[in-house]
Amino acid sequence: MTKPESEWTWKELPIGITMLEPGNADQYRTGDWKTLKPVLNKELCVHCGLCYIFCPDMSYGLDAEGYFIVDLFYCKGCGICARECPTGAITMMLEEEK
Amino acid sequence: MAKLVGMEVSIAAAEAVKQANVDVISAYPITPQTHVVEHLSELVANGELDAEFFCVESEHSALSVCVGSSATGARSFTCTSSQGLALMSEITYIASALRLPIVMVIANRSLSAPINIWNDHSDVMSIRDCGWIQFFAENGQDVYDHVFISYRLAEDKAVLLPVIVNMDGFTLSHVIEPVELIEQEKVDQFLPPYQPLFCLHPDRPVTMGGIALPGIFAETKKAQEVAIRSSIPKILETWKAFGDMTGRYYHPIETYKAEDAETLLLTMGSFGETASCAVDKMRGEGRSVGLVKIRLWRPFPFDEFKKATLHAKQLVVIDRAVSVGGPGGPVASEVKAAIYGEDQRPSVYNFVAGVGGRDVAPSDFIKMVDKAEIEIEEGNKEGYEIYGVRE
Repeated sequence: MTKPESEWTWKELPIGITMLEPGNADQYRTGDWKTLKPVLNKELCVHCGLCYIFCPDMSYGLDAEGYFIVDLFYCKGCGICARECPTGAITMMLEEEK
Repeated sequence: MAKLVGMEVSIAAAEAVKQANVDVISAYPITPQTHVVEHLSELVANGELDAEFFCVESEHSALSVCVGSSATGARSFTCTSSQGLALMSEITYIASALRLPIVMVIANRSLSAPINIWNDHSDVMSIRDCGWIQFFAENGQDVYDHVFISYRLAEDKAVLLPVIVNMDGFTLSHVIEPVELIEQEKVDQFLPPYQPLFCLHPDRPVTMGGIALPGIFAETKKAQEVAIRSSIPKILETWKAFGDMTGRYYHPIETYKAEDAETLLLTMGSFGETASCAVDKMRGEGRSVGLVKIRLWRPFPFDEFKKATLHAKQLVVIDRAVSVGGPGGPVASEVKAAIYGEDQRPSVYNFVAGVGGRDVAPSDFIKMVDKAEIEIEEGNKEGYEIYGVRE
């Protein structure tokens, strides 16, 4: 979609709700579903990438320093990364906590 | 000159589908729909109709195939009854929301239990709100004609909605009637090849049937609701064009001796012809009785309905389905809602009759009118009963 869903009126929708542009699923903000977010302690991280491998939403990406960082736009807060992390470097925290 | 031939109505429906030159037929056999799809399967096997016939494993798949084929731009047809329609119901909502111009003939039959293969309207009433345009045919000619009318209407770019033609099981589907067949050249003129607005094609990828989160779902439903409501002028236009071609003009609400009648019978489907015999008999006795028939069930033609009925003192609504635990039969509920806001409106007395194939003769319609007139006179203005049940 060319603009956020909250800006569409019913009159503008293509007939049959057909999506005319391919590859737009990355515009779905699934990140606002979560109550807990993963927080990384870089001192414990061993760069194994298990969080990246296990994340069911492919929300993890590698940063320039070699850390796997979650993209909170997509992260639904399921906590699988924290459970799988072998060193306990990831903690699930309430979103409002720093 | 058009040919008038004696033909089983199911075969006439199948012949119409052939003349409409469909590309895809997908169906699963169920009584009393069987003759329609058997005949179509023969036509395809004999090379008389160049179409794909999909033998699927269920009605759910039958309509799913049509959704897929219609999405690629193929003119698609299916046909079912009763339990088959119930199994198909999930997909009926998808076809209409995706605005796919599929046409389906339903040979109306009761829903189980107990198992009963005969005619009533409980099958189609279970998908009343599925978003398809819905016609009720009164005779074989109506069924045959409405296959062409339905495709032209469904594929109109200002409409793009699937259409159901309801044909009473056995009462119509298995009866031999005189049917006036339309010459192929005229059909081809009336029904040009389908030009889809969007279709699945590798060169121009689109997504049909994506997810809509709460932030946009209501907008999609509003768009769909407006689309079907505003299709009425197109329906009238299509009927007019068909009438100009064949001399047979159809209307959303058909009336018979209704203009000055104090009591109106209201029917849908094949009951109409039987009820008109009853009206003739009562008129012969000097009674002020007429008949109103709903041909267009969805979108409900509110204006035409009010025009035909508001002058009457009493409206005797004959339903062919039970809304178990509800306010009455489904047609009576809608009719009451349609006239609720009017200062001057008839009393509505409701009978459910002819369920599960029980015969309803002209004399039964007279008995129902007698009963309703007496009950209303005695103050029971909104009565409801299942007619002819042994106590």
